[in-house]
Amino acid sequence: MIDILTKNLSILVVLCPLITSLFVVLIPNIFFSWVLTTLSTFLTFLFSILLYQEIQIHSHISYALGKWMPPIGIEYIIDKVAIIPIIIISGISFIATIFAYKIMPEEIENKSISKVYSLWLLAIAGLLGLVTTGDAFNLFVFLEISSLASVALVAMGAQKDKQALVAAYNYLIIGAVGATLYVIGVGLLYGITGTLNMEDLTNRISDLNNNKALIAGFGFMIIGIMVKAAVFPLHIWLPRAYAYAPSAVSVLLAATATKASLYILARILFSVFENSENLINITLLYVIFPLSIIAMFAGTIMAIYEKDIKRLLAHSSVAQIGYITLAFAIGTKASIAAGFIHMFNHAIIKGGLFIAITSLGFYIQKRVTINNLSGLGRAMPITFFCFVLCSLSLAGLPLTAGFISKLYLIKATISSEAIWIAILILISSALSVVYLWKMIEVMWMREGRKIVIKENPTIYMSLIIITFFNIYFGLDASLVVNGSFEAAEKLIGDLK
Amino acid sequence: MISSTIGIWNYWIVFCLMMIGLFLVIGRKNFLKKIVGLTIFQTSVFLLYITFGKIKGGTPPILNESIDSIYSNPLPHVLILTAIVVGVATTALGLSLVLRINTEYGSIEEDDISAQDLVDYHDDIETGKSVDLKFK
Repeated sequence: MIDILTKNLSILVVLCPLITSLFVVLIPNIFFSWVLTTLSTFLTFLFSILLYQEIQIHSHISYALGKWMPPIGIEYIIDKVAIIPIIIISGISFIATIFAYKIMPEEIENKSISKVYSLWLLAIAGLLGLVTTGDAFNLFVFLEISSLASVALVAMGAQKDKQALVAAYNYLIIGAVGATLYVIGVGLLYGITGTLNMEDLTNRISDLNNNKALIAGFGFMIIGIMVKAAVFPLHIWLPRAYAYAPSAVSVLLAATATKASLYILARILFSVFENSENLINITLLYVIFPLSIIAMFAGTIMAIYEKDIKRLLAHSSVAQIGYITLAFAIGTKASIAAGFIHMFNHAIIKGGLFIAITSLGFYIQKRVTINNLSGLGRAMPITFFCFVLCSLSLAGLPLTAGFISKLYLIKATISSEAIWIAILILISSALSVVYLWKMIEVMWMREGRKIVIKENPTIYMSLIIITFFNIYFGLDASLVVNGSFEAAEKLIGDLK
Repeated sequence: MISSTIGIWNYWIVFCLMMIGLFLVIGRKNFLKKIVGLTIFQTSVFLLYITFGKIKGGTPPILNESIDSIYSNPLPHVLILTAIVVGVATTALGLSLVLRINTEYGSIEEDDISAQDLVDYHDDIETGKSVDLKFK
């Protein structure tokens, strides 16, 4: 029994939310549909923890789907790189599901709640499948499963604010164009190599270095994934989608959705195309590197001038994605590790901030803007305290998780002799303090309406859990740092 | 030269459809027309895949001892079956969103909608006169 379980862990991680999503939709009761969702996300998290332990022993698990052997059948690959986004997605989705219990009925009418939970699980299954699959076309299918489910989830925000519909529509159109571009790229590669398996692809493209179809296919794939990962000029869909989605959905999407695509970006750049070094170096230097630098500043400045808090956090996400892609663009082992460290830390930081802001919105029963935050810090000490800790973590103060990722990022830039990049990172972090302080000042310093708010433990429990992790991984980051360095070593080997 | 250019006319059609579709998605302000463009764009990719699978003089891929000839690659067709399903789902979701947008805003022109949104956003943020929630 245990043996069967451990053998099939890589597929169970994806199947568990996928299958329960079919059952959740049948349950009319709000409470029981939530219980089933929580159980399913908890099991998924448990499976991913077990998978993490397996990875420590075997370091590479290949799972042939339906016993069709790899180059021909679909293969699921889990290695030390893939386990990082798997843990992030399953962990955050578990915490977000706990958070959703009280928030979800507030924003969505009762009869559609079980459908929302079904879509919720479908989105999680799509994201996990995206990360585990080793087949280029299967990846497209999961990309569409996750993005169609997320679009429908964002559109559920229309019961509160009709702008959610336009946000969802834009997300759908831009996402579908991105996914189609990715398919064109896969098609071109299939045309010249005759395989869809990623490892097989790596071996077969090593012979055709300057093939034009290879370069075109690579370009299409990268652009398609960059749309999904919201890399700077392709991020237009992100702020609106996060701002108008139902609160619990913004927590889930903000913390997980772009992480999976960023991982795919890293895998295409450093693993699938590892043999066409010239192509990769040009892409990193002339495309991803400048875009990340612009993203760091554009995102931060947009956030400073934004007054709607959820949009503000979404703009800040664009800047943080810029840090991660910058780390990939530098392309040394230390910097790629820093990228993965920040990927993990950003998930828990943004998750925490979104939970804090949406619980404020839950108590004041209004759209959270900078004006109606005044004086709330005194009325809600627990939520405010966690919010401040997460903000400090985002700004990168010592003893928080954000500090660790900034530290390793700056160390990596200095060791690759690019001091000016380190200075740019520091300036951008300093600017991020401006918008964080703006919020804290309004909440704490300004006199607000005299309201008494009784904080609800079902809501602040998940906030406390995630804030605890923000502090814990700031004090003892060895788990994340070691995992990321092993991942980076697996990705680029000892070449550089 | 000419024969090689005309010989790949499938790719020319794919290319033209792709550009027409992409232009509609980017250039049109009408939400329904954008979806039409998206569908054309996706269809062009289906044609691209089918073209990859075709071999001149190839037979259908049937396993038979007596037929000893080259056959067309069946895999792209299977992949495209999946992609068609995904495309239908995308179109259906998009159309249902357009329907909802039409009932909420009374228009599916991007300019009208962003003008309405701007007014709402202004009311919401600048004047602090926040729109009350519909539920509770």
